[in-house]
This record gives sequence, structure tokens and C-alpha cells, in this order.
Amino acid sequence: MSQISITVNGKVRKATVEPRLLLAHFLREHLNLTGTHIGCDTSQCGACTVLVDGRSAKSCTLFAVQADGSSIITIEGLAKDGKLHPLQEGFWEEHGLQCGYCTPGMIMSAVDLLNNNPAPTEQQIREGISGNFCRCTGYQHIVNAVQHACKR
Amino acid sequence: MATTPVLPKLVGQRVKRREDPRLIQGLATYVDDIKVTGMLHLAFKRSDVAHGRIVSINTSAAQAMDGVEAVFTGAQLAEFIPPMPIGTPFPSPAHHAVATDTVRYAGEPVAVVVANDRYLARDAADAIVVTYDTLPAVVDTELAMTGQPVVIHAAFPNNLAVPLVPGGTGVGADGSVDDTAINQAFAGAEVVISQRMLNQRLAPTAMEGRGVLAHYEPGRGSMTIWSSTQNPHILRTMIAAMNGLGQDQVRAIAPEVGGGFGAKINIYGEEYVAAAVSKRLGIPIKWIEDRSEAFVATTHGRDILGYVDLAAKRDGTVLGLKLRLIADIGAYNMLLTAAIPTLTMLMANATYKIPAIRVALTEVFTNKTPTDAYRGAGRPEATYFVERAMDMLARELKMDPADVRRKNFIQPHEFPYATPMGAVYDSGDYDKALSLGLKNANWTALKAERDAARAQGRLVGLGLAMYVEVCGLGPSSSLPTGGWEHSGVTIERDGRISATTGASPHGQGNETTFAQMLADQFGVPIDHVTILHGDTGIVKQGIGTFGSRSQAVGGTALHLAGGKVKTKMAKFAAALLEASEDDLVFEGGRIFVKGAPAKGKSFAEVASYAYVPVPLPPGLEPGLSDEAFFEPANNTYPFGCHISMLEIDRETGEPKLLKMVAVDDAGNLINPLIVEGQIHGGLAQGIGQAMIEEVVYNSEGQMVTGSFMDYAIPRATDFPRFELDSTVTPTPVNPLGAKGVGEAGTLGSTPCIVAAAVDALSEFGVKHIDMMLRPEKLWRIIQGGRA
Repeated sequence: MSQISITVNGKVRKATVEPRLLLAHFLREHLNLTGTHIGCDTSQCGACTVLVDGRSAKSCTLFAVQADGSSIITIEGLAKDGKLHPLQEGFWEEHGLQCGYCTPGMIMSAVDLLNNNPAPTEQQIREGISGNFCRCTGYQHIVNAVQHACKR
Repeated sequence: MATTPVLPKLVGQRVKRREDPRLIQGLATYVDDIKVTGMLHLAFKRSDVAHGRIVSINTSAAQAMDGVEAVFTGAQLAEFIPPMPIGTPFPSPAHHAVATDTVRYAGEPVAVVVANDRYLARDAADAIVVTYDTLPAVVDTELAMTGQPVVIHAAFPNNLAVPLVPGGTGVGADGSVDDTAINQAFAGAEVVISQRMLNQRLAPTAMEGRGVLAHYEPGRGSMTIWSSTQNPHILRTMIAAMNGLGQDQVRAIAPEVGGGFGAKINIYGEEYVAAAVSKRLGIPIKWIEDRSEAFVATTHGRDILGYVDLAAKRDGTVLGLKLRLIADIGAYNMLLTAAIPTLTMLMANATYKIPAIRVALTEVFTNKTPTDAYRGAGRPEATYFVERAMDMLARELKMDPADVRRKNFIQPHEFPYATPMGAVYDSGDYDKALSLGLKNANWTALKAERDAARAQGRLVGLGLAMYVEVCGLGPSSSLPTGGWEHSGVTIERDGRISATTGASPHGQGNETTFAQMLADQFGVPIDHVTILHGDTGIVKQGIGTFGSRSQAVGGTALHLAGGKVKTKMAKFAAALLEASEDDLVFEGGRIFVKGAPAKGKSFAEVASYAYVPVPLPPGLEPGLSDEAFFEPANNTYPFGCHISMLEIDRETGEPKLLKMVAVDDAGNLINPLIVEGQIHGGLAQGIGQAMIEEVVYNSEGQMVTGSFMDYAIPRATDFPRFELDSTVTPTPVNPLGAKGVGEAGTLGSTPCIVAAAVDALSEFGVKHIDMMLRPEKLWRIIQGGRA
């Protein structure tokens, strides 16, 4: 068992975990932050995407112990003071989701995209979210959602 | 004089979804987000061979692990779990949730573990050692029909699950067959198109895999089961029957469900095992499917082989159609497996007047994961076969593909139209959809653009397809579950509205569309309406969400229930206002006498009066709550036109979709924004099938596309912007005039994209290309100059 200390959505979380515990399971099972979803076991789908020290990462591909000492933002930590993040607003306004399962990871990837490129072209948006699968929307409304956030 | 604010009507508006705030903030609750005190975890040991007799199962190492509560082999489970029921009338081999003596597909469960930790449960399952007497795997569908290399189920000679079902012209209700008309049609043909086509096997892949949490409470003698399902009421029925419980003793809950696409209609072995083991041990049991399991353990879709013969005159008039269908259904019959290809039969008529049609269907067992519904479920296959043949006819006759269609359309005045396949199309105007599609695609200019690209040596092609599908399922005569839907509407004491629907959504947005309808019906703000679903403890009855039926059937039930409550509420208001109930208007959160807005009461005041009715108006019971079942008299038949432009790289064979135009007619639309999303999603899955998706098995029956590394589902970079439009031809089948739209996008897209690929490669003399459009396949055509 290993001791870890991770700052999640601004709060320091200490825990004793199995070395093989995936970060995604640490967030979901130990911290009850179930907004981070798991959609595959080979790092393709991106449903588990969170920000680790400001960069998007697939939390099913990291062990919790690898995130020791880092600062993580999950979907639950995105809205501030009851106000939605511009990307959350964009997804709502533009119907960027249907079943919602991919949505938290999709939004976190888009946060990283816009952090690096605040005014992406449509092609850059499509490439920026190409590590995240959505089976419902055909992506067009997701692209619109990201564009909506860029305008704000 | 008091003024009453007039609320804008919401039906027909692009209202943004009420589901979204919880979903975009990570606050929604899917099955795996639920924990029950004392809950243990279930894991399945699955077969790694496709076909074999179980010689031995050694569970001792698993049982010895600290934290393992129980281990059961299939034979042990069969002592308290009966074979799984199916929902179709076809004969079916016994199918145990966990194999008892023989495994028939790779991934079939052979034993289960219950442990106090998810990781430990998997460790223990891995520690179970199974030895098999391996049998030859039956993989090739047509070889299987000869009984080679072996017969999978002894009682089904030549692996024929359904030996042969004839349908169409000359086939009597008693099964008698008269070939005169179909033979005449082909005898009189000036041109016959014949082609073998495969509508390949697909993995549905909802982003949330399946999952179940079963909680049997011994003290109460009742079961609560949460499952990622499209139809909690059917789940309740089946779980009760399989566990010796009454339906009143089982509560089934579909919480937030992360997509279904037809694959979560079936009630699965994992659900039966979780429920039965929970009951046996008196412990809550959770099982969550991972993606590797999903590829083998969740039903697949399609996999129908079609031999198509189309007879026509040289002016493009179609005389007859013969369609030989061979469905590879995998190793077992699941809930609706055997019925899916019958929908391909039903829709073989497509949008045309075809004087004679003959379809013959055979269903075949192979050592593969069973098939069942996948978005479109039988109808995309029918559309694909017929539209590919129509496209081939157009090429053969050097006609514009639009002109060949026009030559044969059923005309608007001919509806209702009874097809030779037994369908009665409700309403349609196919030329209108085609014309709008051609206009939006700028067809003539697009052809010039294609020709100009070709002149530069580029391989660019255009494709066009029409579709008609059967939706709004359906009358009870067409569904063994019952084809109705149920809804309850209650005006609460404070004037807010809660309504239940048996159409349990999983991304379709019913919480929004249904609230739009009630807000309009009662003249109240949408924020005052709550739509409840997915819990049999709250929603009294229901069938579920599939077959594009939520709006057409569930929406109508809601509308009818609302109407009953409104009638009663008007009686209370009439008593309060000393007016005639026929003169009342519900608007702006008030109920008032028509033409005299001052003579009225607030909606909440009337509601309050109905629950403390002093005095009680004569003939009325207190309260404002009622329910309705709606049984449609017929299915609905939405239709549309899809057009695409595609370019193939001459050097690599890689195809790229340049343009996708869709005109869809789903009748009246409640929320065009949500409809757009549904069509986008359907197109994405249709384009995925046409271009990149295919489940592949090797000769040993091992799936070689068992992860997202090998099975390609579309990414954002795979699509151009979809260009949508709609025509509106209401259905007379329900009072809303709504037809259904969830599956439409999967229908026209596959034949239209393959047509575009064939067009792009026309210089090589290719007439047909089987899906998916793997670059290697296209490259070989370019290199070899032929298919």
C-alpha cells in the first residue's frame, strides 16, 4: 500500500492506496467524484479525462500513485461560485450532449484545447477532441459548443 | 383589468435541454455511481475458446482468496437460474446465463466470482482454471448452413436457427407459395441487376457499458435492480419471472443511462446472475462491464447477407425484386434476435411501387457473439440492399440516380399504401424529400464539381439514397412485449406538474420534449413541469425506448393523460368561477373565462382547490391525477433522402467524406434542436458502418476487433459538417402527427456513401463494394482495376 497526497479541485486529499489503483478509480471510488467516467480500458475513449497540473490526462491510464503530489481538476471542479464554465454553457446552449456519458471528459479535453489555443479553427477543434469518443452526437454540436465557448 | 401574460408556445421550438445541467457538471447518477451498503462485486470468468466442451473448472485458488465471498460455476448457477427466455416465437436452444457444459462463443461466461473489491473479483476470476475439449469453430455463415464444420446446437440441423421464411408477393398467410407473379416480373425484364451484398457485423458500443446493481432484501422479500437498460419495465418482468417473484416484488430502475442504440433492450445473463446471486446470498451485488467485455458480451448488430435481384425495364421502371437474406445471428437467440431480420423483410419494398417482391429469410447459428437490435435494427439492412440495387440499376441504364427513384416512387395520393411485404405505409411524399435534397446539395452543380475534379485526376464520387423506415413501434400485434406506452400526469397541490412516462430515455431528451408538450397543454411555464421516468416504483407501466417510438407512442400517451387531467381541472375551475368548463382558457399560468381574463384564477389556486375541495363539486372526486395507455393502430413510416460526396486517395485508397446532405421527414417535430442531434448521431453511426466499422472474427472464432484499438468508431475528424433539412408529412396514426427520428440517420447514409465510393471508382469498372470502405480494399480496386 502507498501513501498519496493529491490536490483535487482545490482540496488536499490524502489516502493509502494499492499501487495498482487507477487514478480514475481513486477519484470515483475513494473521493466519490463520479463525474469522471470510464468508457474503455485501452485509453482510446477519453471519458475519464481530467486535468493533471493543468494538462488533460486520461485518468484510466494513470495510477493514483503516479498523480501523487499533483493538482487535479475534475468536471466537478469546473464551475466556479455556482457559475458554469464557458464550455459547460456552450455544451448546454448548443445541445453538445445526448446521453452525457462522454461529456465530462469531452469538456475537460476542450478546456485543455482552449487553454492552449483560445481561438481554434473548426479543424483544430475537431483534432483537439479527437482523443474523445462520442457515440451520440456525431460531434457537430460539440464543435458548436466549443465555438460558443470561444466567443465568450 | 388584469392582464394575463401569454407564454410562448414551446412545441416546435428549439428549447435547450433540461437534462443538461446535471450532465455537464458531473452530477448525474449512472449505475456505477450508485453504492449500497454491504455491496459486493461480481466478475465473470469468460471462455477464451469459441467452441468447446467444458472438461473441468478448478475454482479452488479463487475460493481461497481473502475477500472472495463465493464462486459459482455455470452448472452450480443452473441449479437456481433457469435458462434465459427470449421474446420471439421462434424455436430456440436452451441458453444458460453461464455455460453449463459447452461454450459456443469466445467470451461466453463459464463461472462467476463474488468478492468485496472490484479488482479482487477480477483477480479471482483470472485464478479460475478451465480446461476445454475444443471443437471446430463455425465462422463462415454460408458454410455453417451446410452443417460444416460442425453443428452448434444438436436440435438445429445445418445450424439453421430459422430454416426459411418466405414473404412477399404470392406468399399466403398459410405459408403457401405461388411464384407466378415474381416469375412473370423477371421474365418480362429488359435488365436484371444481381449482386451479393454483406451488411456487416457491428458493435453498438454505447459509451457507458452495461452495468447492474441487484439488491434483494430478504426481510421484505423484494428486489431492487438498477441497470443500464432501455426498458426497465421489461427488465422487471423478466427478473421477477426468473426469480420466482411477483412483478409487485421487483423494482427496476434505469438511472442515467449512457447510450443504448438498441443493445440495451435485451435482458442479459449478467442481469439475471446479479439478481439471482443477490437473492441467494442476501447481499447487494454489482457488476460493471468493461470495454473488453462489452465487445464480446454485449449483442452485436446487422450481419445480414443479401442476394439481391432486381428486374426492370430499360426506362428504369422496376418490375420485381428478389431478396435472399441470410442472417448470421451468432451462437444464441437473445430477446429479439430472431425478429430483427424480419424487419428487413418487412421493409424490402422501400419507397417504390414494385409489382412483385419475393423475400426469403434464413437465420444461421455461428460461434460468435449473438446479434440483436442495433440502431435501425433490420431497416438499414433493407434500405441498403434495395438502394444499392437501385443505384446499380441507374449505373447500368446510365440514368441519374434521382431519376430512377422518381420513376418508381409511391405517389402522395396513394397513401395509405399496402406493400407486398405486409406493411401499410401511413403517409409520405418521397419526391418532395428527394427534390429538397437535390436542391440543398445543389445536385447539378455538384455533378459538375465532381466532373471537374475527375478531370484533374481526382477520384471523387456522388451518392444518393432514399429511405423509408418503420417506427413508432407499434401495435401490440407487432411486439411481444405489448406495443403501447403509458403515461401518468399529476397536477400537484401547489400547481406544479409531475408526469411519468414508460418511454425511459437514454439521451433522447424526453425530459425536455415531454415538458414542452405539457407546458403548452396547461399554459404553464416549462419550469413548473417535471418528467419522471426509468423507475418502475414510480412509473406504473411502460414498454421502453427503442424503435423510434418515444415521441410517437410515449408522447401520445402523455398527451392523452394530460388531456384527461385537464378536463377534470376545468371542472374544478368552472365550479370556482361559476362558469361553464367549455368556456375556459388555460394560459399564462391562469385559468380564465374566454374573452374575460379578469374572471379567472391562478393555476395554483385551482390545483389547491382540487385537493381541498370545499365544497366538492357534484360528481367529482378530489385530486388531479390520471393516466393513459396509448396503443397505436399502425406503425409510422418516416422517410428521407441522403446525398454524399466522397473522395478516394488514388495513392493510398483512403476515402474521405466531403459532403453529407440529409433531408428527413419525421412528421411533426416537437423540438427541432433535439431532432437535429438525433439525425447527426444516426448519420455518424451510418457513416461509421459505411466507412470504418466492422467486427471481424478469425477462422478460430476469435474476435480480432475486440477493443477500441482495433474496432474503429468515428472521431470528430472523420466528418464534414452535416447539412440537414426536413420536410413535414404528419402521420395520421397518432394525434401528434409525429413519426419518430432516432434511427433515421443510419438508413440512407450507408447506401449513399457506398454509391459515392462506387461512383468515385467508376473508371475502374467497379459495380459494388462491400462495406466497410477499408482503404486497402479501395487501393486494390485502383491497382487491379476491378472489385
